[in-house]
Amino acid sequence: MTFSEGVEASPLLSVRGLTKLFGSFAACNAIDLDIGRGEIHALLGENGAGKSTLVKMLFGVLQPTAGTVSLEGKPVVIPSPGEARRLGVGMVFQHFSLFEALTVAENIALSLDPRTPLAKIAEETATVSRAYGLPLDPSAHVADLSVGERQRIEIVRALLQNPKLIILDEPTSVLTPQEAERLFETLMRLKSEGRSVLYISHRLEEVQRICDRATVLRHGKVTGDCDPRQETPASLARMMVGTDVAEVQRADAGAFGDVLVEVAGVSVAPRTPFAVSLKDISLKVRAGEVLAIAGIAGNGQSELFDALSGEYPIADDNGIQLRGKPVGRLRINGRRLLGAGFVPEERHGHAAVSALSLSDNLLLARSRSDKKAFLAGGPLSILRRDAILTASRRICSIMDVRKSGDDPAAGSLSGGNLQKFIVGRELDRQPAVLVVNQPTWGVDAGAASRIRQALVDLAKAGSAVIVISQDLDEIFEIATTISVISDGKLSDPYPSGELTLEQIGLLMGGIHENHSAVETAHAH
Amino acid sequence: MRIELQKRANTSTLFSILSPLLALVLTLVAGAIMFGLLGKKPLGSLYIYFVEPLLDVWSLHELAIKAAPLILIAVGLSICFRSNNWNIGAEGQFTIGAITGSILPVLNPDWHSPLILPLMLVMGMIGGALYAGIPALLKTRFNTNEILTSLMLVYIAQLFLDWLVRGPWRDPQGYNFPQTKSFQPEAVLPEILDSGRAHLGIIFALIAAVALWFMMRFMLKGFQVSVLGQSERAGRFAGFSARNMVWFSMLLSGALAGLAGISEVSGSIGHVQPVISPGYGFTAIIVAFLGRLNPLGIIASGFVLALTYLGGEAAQLSLGISDKVSRVFQGLILFFVLSCDTLIHYRIRLILNPSAAQEGKS
Repeated sequence: MTFSEGVEASPLLSVRGLTKLFGSFAACNAIDLDIGRGEIHALLGENGAGKSTLVKMLFGVLQPTAGTVSLEGKPVVIPSPGEARRLGVGMVFQHFSLFEALTVAENIALSLDPRTPLAKIAEETATVSRAYGLPLDPSAHVADLSVGERQRIEIVRALLQNPKLIILDEPTSVLTPQEAERLFETLMRLKSEGRSVLYISHRLEEVQRICDRATVLRHGKVTGDCDPRQETPASLARMMVGTDVAEVQRADAGAFGDVLVEVAGVSVAPRTPFAVSLKDISLKVRAGEVLAIAGIAGNGQSELFDALSGEYPIADDNGIQLRGKPVGRLRINGRRLLGAGFVPEERHGHAAVSALSLSDNLLLARSRSDKKAFLAGGPLSILRRDAILTASRRICSIMDVRKSGDDPAAGSLSGGNLQKFIVGRELDRQPAVLVVNQPTWGVDAGAASRIRQALVDLAKAGSAVIVISQDLDEIFEIATTISVISDGKLSDPYPSGELTLEQIGLLMGGIHENHSAVETAHAH
Repeated sequence: MRIELQKRANTSTLFSILSPLLALVLTLVAGAIMFGLLGKKPLGSLYIYFVEPLLDVWSLHELAIKAAPLILIAVGLSICFRSNNWNIGAEGQFTIGAITGSILPVLNPDWHSPLILPLMLVMGMIGGALYAGIPALLKTRFNTNEILTSLMLVYIAQLFLDWLVRGPWRDPQGYNFPQTKSFQPEAVLPEILDSGRAHLGIIFALIAAVALWFMMRFMLKGFQVSVLGQSERAGRFAGFSARNMVWFSMLLSGALAGLAGISEVSGSIGHVQPVISPGYGFTAIIVAFLGRLNPLGIIASGFVLALTYLGGEAAQLSLGISDKVSRVFQGLILFFVLSCDTLIHYRIRLILNPSAAQEGKS
């Protein structure tokens, strides 16, 4: 705590009037920000609030249009990430930039001085990772590591540069509660060494727990600068979204109807060397039920989604039944015709094509199921652009999709707005069955609550909803029933009232056997 | 100092439309400089290269003859490229189309029926399509890279043609020249006008271009092409089959290349000989990109590249310089079109600041 006086005297980082214009649009508008030494500072804001732009300017990826940045009282210009690292700013990105085929040490070497020998880097990696409670094997291949371990690589990589300020972008969004716990310990350690942390997160409780100060952004401006411990989650959320975030109304348990989806003993061999095999998956979802499937990324969620959606049909036709009909071998459009809707995890390049307009992306999911409305000319299949555009406008207004222009490219929307469109595109059909993978991944609080409410409402109206999610808060908010997927196996379903956060965390780690299995499960 | 490409907030619609024209003007300026360096009069040489061929009815016909195969092949390729299937073997499909289309007149020189010509065209298309089907089969069954397989098949096709016309198909009364008998009049593609040699090939090219433009713009099939081309995963989500698209685009472009092949042999040459193309199948790749993979744009770029062929011949005769000049012009056009497009979407910014300069020194 040698720096404690320094906190008052001069902040480590001081930002004044920082502005970034893209054309005439101000992504950041006169931002002021002070981060003290040894302070964990939260940066809160919806998607599109300007957090990423601000952070990119601090890390030298973008150049500010106006304003100043001072480090330790001296004004600095940060022209590149290399210069940022030299000035003592390290960054851990939300989406890791790691080469899967290389080892941990090789990945770290890529960001360091090319003259440093690899053996020395491996040694330092091992030392630093041990010292900070982030165990890593320098010779392990990245492809074999869990998401949590990959994040450790990024953190160790940043630490090796001996930074004064570490920026973490949504670090816990991919971690189990236990892994997050360990990350918090590391952060506390960094703090005790007098290093500062800029912590970007959507999780308000987390921010309240570990952060000393919080800066809230909205529409590119600072709307709040507070001590998060003095606030309530609701008051923080208000600063972020401007209005009170609507609380999701959950469906009543008990009043379920017929079984709409049934999966019976489905096993699927892995399609690629890095895929997970599904092992004897069984589940039932009734009308009015929201089944949430929790689990850490990479435990078979996408494989399960592929099997349910019919993008990769399975061998056993009776393995999956939709509304009583066997559909295992049916492809995705056949299942859509039976009243099913699907929302994949990845927005860009799976649920939507970024360069195509919203109306084209509407057609993407519904060219077969809405053939009568959207296509004309019989076998020629001529597109009815006006009908498609009308439907797309309707979806945008119902889901409150904020966009520039009438029919912009999907890639120009912020993550939350595009996700609202993608979910709205399915809801617009009133599907009897909806399967959603990570409905609010990387989505701001306002959009997330809207999407969750829509899913709950759909179930209330008599549909069966399956939500695959890593976000436990979300699961507790909307699920009537919870199962956990781990290493391709699905646990028994539990009514949502009967599980605690702790229990789920254990199930996610592979539970039943013993606790150390959590550690080794990913190292094979 | 650092040079940065910065995305423009708004791209000018006017300049997007003008871009190819701007590129042509820049090509002419660069061409004038090149002629000057070669010791020729810049303007006079440009005139001989680009204008003289357009003044003569005879050479306008030649222009149409050269543009026809370029456009036919390029519109087929544009569908392939848009759907992310890289068919580089159009030259081979052109050659095989010419061979299969010529089976009837070569083997039945005495069959005088109006049916023969339509049958030849259909057989040419089938031949080209089947030949493009080989890389399609290899890609869908064994995940082979179609760039390599389709390219290698070009040389097989060319050598097969060479063997045919020197061996089994050689005209016994042809003084040992490696070529077949001339086709009977019924097997020759009719000329459009009395004033010159231009034949129905250019009409086929225009029809194909307009039809494929309509497909890409208004039909679900065209939508499938662009979705699968941009993201196979999204295509699978939409329920479109990437495998079927490999077959569709390869067979379509093969059929069009085959049609170009038989049209060239039947309309322009009149018999089969060892060399039937000055590289149309490869130049068509430039045509396709110059026309921005848009069938209507390809009509224009097809004529432009046909003109560089024609101008190259003129330059050789009147200026006494190598016809390699036409290759230089083809390259210049491509370079300037791509640069214009880039600068319409991005602006160049020079970043001068002290700390960046320091970084440069250290």
